[in-house]
Amino acid sequence: MASADLGGRQATAAPASPYAIELKGISKAFGSVQANKDINIAIPRGTIHGIIGENGAGKSTLMSILYGFYRADSGQILVNGAPVTIPDSQSAIRAGIGMVFQHFKLAQNFTVLENVILGAEDGPMLNSSLAKARKILADLSREYELDVDPDALIEDLSVGHQQRVEILKALYRQAEILILDEPTGVLTPDEADHLFRILRGLRDQGKTIVLITHKLREIMETTDNVSVMRRGTMVATVKTAETSPEALAELMVGRKVLLEVVKNPAKAGNVVLSVKDLAVKDEHGVLRLKGVSFDIRAGEILGIAGVAGNGQSELLEALGGIAPASGLVVLNGAELPLAGPQANGKARRNAGIAHVPEDRQSLGLIMDFAAWENVGFGYHDDPRYQKNAWLMDNDALRADTAAKMATYDVRPPIPTLAAKSFSGGNQQKIVVAREMDRNPDLLLIGQPTRGVDIGAIEFIHKQIIALRDAGKAVLLVSVELDEIMSLSDRVLVMFDGQIMGERLPAQTDERELGMMMAGMIAK
Amino acid sequence: MTKLPTWADVGLVPLISLTLAALVSAGVLLAIGQSPMQALTVMVNGALGSSYAWGYTLYYATSFIFTGLAVTVAFHAGLFNIGGEGQAQLGGLGVALVCLALPWPHWSIALVAAMFGAALFGAAWAAIPAYLQAKRGSHIVITTIMFNYIAAALMIYLLVNVLRPDGQMDPASANFPSGAHLPQFQEIPILQGLFQRFGADGQPRLNAEGLPLYQQVPANVTFFIAILACVLVWVMLWHTRLGYAIRAFGKSEKAAVYAGISPLRIIMIAMLISGALAGLMAINNVMGQAERLVQNSASGAGFIGIAVALMGRNHPLGIFLAAVLFGFLFQGGAALGLETDIPIELRTVVQGLVILFTGALDQMVRMLMGMFFAKKGAT
Repeated sequence: MASADLGGRQATAAPASPYAIELKGISKAFGSVQANKDINIAIPRGTIHGIIGENGAGKSTLMSILYGFYRADSGQILVNGAPVTIPDSQSAIRAGIGMVFQHFKLAQNFTVLENVILGAEDGPMLNSSLAKARKILADLSREYELDVDPDALIEDLSVGHQQRVEILKALYRQAEILILDEPTGVLTPDEADHLFRILRGLRDQGKTIVLITHKLREIMETTDNVSVMRRGTMVATVKTAETSPEALAELMVGRKVLLEVVKNPAKAGNVVLSVKDLAVKDEHGVLRLKGVSFDIRAGEILGIAGVAGNGQSELLEALGGIAPASGLVVLNGAELPLAGPQANGKARRNAGIAHVPEDRQSLGLIMDFAAWENVGFGYHDDPRYQKNAWLMDNDALRADTAAKMATYDVRPPIPTLAAKSFSGGNQQKIVVAREMDRNPDLLLIGQPTRGVDIGAIEFIHKQIIALRDAGKAVLLVSVELDEIMSLSDRVLVMFDGQIMGERLPAQTDERELGMMMAGMIAK
Repeated sequence: MTKLPTWADVGLVPLISLTLAALVSAGVLLAIGQSPMQALTVMVNGALGSSYAWGYTLYYATSFIFTGLAVTVAFHAGLFNIGGEGQAQLGGLGVALVCLALPWPHWSIALVAAMFGAALFGAAWAAIPAYLQAKRGSHIVITTIMFNYIAAALMIYLLVNVLRPDGQMDPASANFPSGAHLPQFQEIPILQGLFQRFGADGQPRLNAEGLPLYQQVPANVTFFIAILACVLVWVMLWHTRLGYAIRAFGKSEKAAVYAGISPLRIIMIAMLISGALAGLMAINNVMGQAERLVQNSASGAGFIGIAVALMGRNHPLGIFLAAVLFGFLFQGGAALGLETDIPIELRTVVQGLVILFTGALDQMVRMLMGMFFAKKGAT
């Protein structure tokens, strides 16, 4: 395998074991936290193997051990039946293991070709490596539908294409086993379908694919076998054909989970928020939100669908008082100032807008602050948290935090713990608790369940619907089409800073929305 | 990296860093052919060995507390105020103008007025870099350094051309009126006994009128104001809305904007408080000790404040302890210069090493400790 002879890429002599990877008794602890506990798994060659589990279940740790980022405390790794040690990623590559990370590791100002050979050059002079890579890339592209222009700069490529470059990088290094970590998080439905076609093609050529994801639908559609992890242990490995999403969800969470959102028809009331020609420029003066108009009524959830980066963030920031904007926004009959000192988050909160931001770690929370300090974040002027004109009542804030933690099932319920010590789902619950508990007239909520585990997703969805049923208006922005379709009463699709059109969830499907998200159907 | 237990984090790590600094200092002393033990004895005796020695150590510490707090308040807002030196010099100008303005009837009235002047001038000197940072994004590290130089030049101009009394040779202001004299430790009734002078026969030395004589020390009532400032800064940072907003802004400007905290307001307020604290240092050295304004009045205390804040982990209690440590180094180093033939410059070397180990190499010690505790936790 270590040979640089690329002719041997196709099929070496048939190895003895039918398994591409076997892990035997892998354990790994970080301090007192047992991230992996006696993991046993055997992945047959030439299959797509899914690994699912909640956040913190140990999936990433396991894959990091396989890719040489961590060393297991105990246990054995076998590749093609032969025991190997993988002290670093170079060894993983030599063992034929390639990894496609959730966040791509590509040099933005390099071409595709340069990225592919980066770290795998044959010598100090690049020309021969580049020529060789060009030829191999052309072969790979033909074989697997992996077409990318080898001379394009990475920064000019779409996310889907960048991902293909990552796959090409692995294949160029003769990877026989390809691990993909949450590969569809940044893709449109169409791009995701294309990716899965590529993966099936690779499998049919005898490669082994390990797919880490939390999306049950992808597991069901794509994998041959699926392993479920929960709290550091491998709880089951089953044939995908013989299981169901419900059964998998139950295995992941350890209890029955409602995958379908249950809600009554909306009873829409008066217009709460009216937006006309809202436009936002970024710091370079580029128009990111190009004049959008819509209304939201009391008691309805308006969903905004779209691929990330098409103006949804700017919309939330403009309405939340974070970014200056132009246009006309009327909340409960009163016009909101959109620029100047009066356009700030505090003023919006006072006006009755609560905002669960898309990025809880950089906007919604101060990660170094304790949970109780974060519960006061944005509301630290609230009279309830003041002892007198001068001093804050930290005890009152801590007590309020403890109460919110109980209501919103934040675990562990320790108000003095720093925000960064909570899991993603529990961090999100802290933000949701803080914003929803104010009983706002309008809730802005972006990516409510990004990086949140299934159990918490169910909980957060219920909270959003409860708020709607209490007669409040909700603006929901999400890149998860499932979430938009199941929660929204009306859906707007955004593309390139504009609204492509409005649909009712019952009268559309993911295909149509996906086309609109790609800018293909005009109003 | 393993999280250290709190006691190890705030106690053990600085202690190990200091020990390392001391060991390397000993190496330097050996290299120049001096005895580290003798140097240590002289330093400890000279800085801590008597009430007289403490009177100097705490005088220096008082200045460092103010400048350390100044750095800390700005630091919690995510701003690195390196301009403490210039702000302290301007604070001295404020003190001098107040003290020379009136024949003050009592020191307490003069003190309140001088504190106001010191804080006002220090804050004003910080306000310009703060505004440039908030409005134009001019980096505060660069602008505050530049303002240190401007302050030095301005003070020389004022001392030579404006404040210098006719006929005086050195560039300094006139002496302050006696009504502006702050009680030094030997003049404070409760502490007085500690500083009484005794003759070789063990009998108290008396003056011509038969009253006891006391040793003069520069430490003065400002020390107690410094302690009060520590408490007030602590309350401000952790128990007021303003402190909450400052700390939130310092941790994440983006998130602060989400929460409706105005960056302009926080940068201005934090830097004004920081400048005022640096300016207040002048109460100690200009009003409490020199009793006139001289050139380079802050004599480096503004910069030492950075090390004090760093070592004190940006917490008022830590700053108090770190300021006393640096007071010890300052006074002990002076004793070295007086009583041994070790050059006084060595105190700069020792200070440098302390800053190097407690500041720059702090993470190294922390990492090694982390590995130690991780191992201990695993077994």
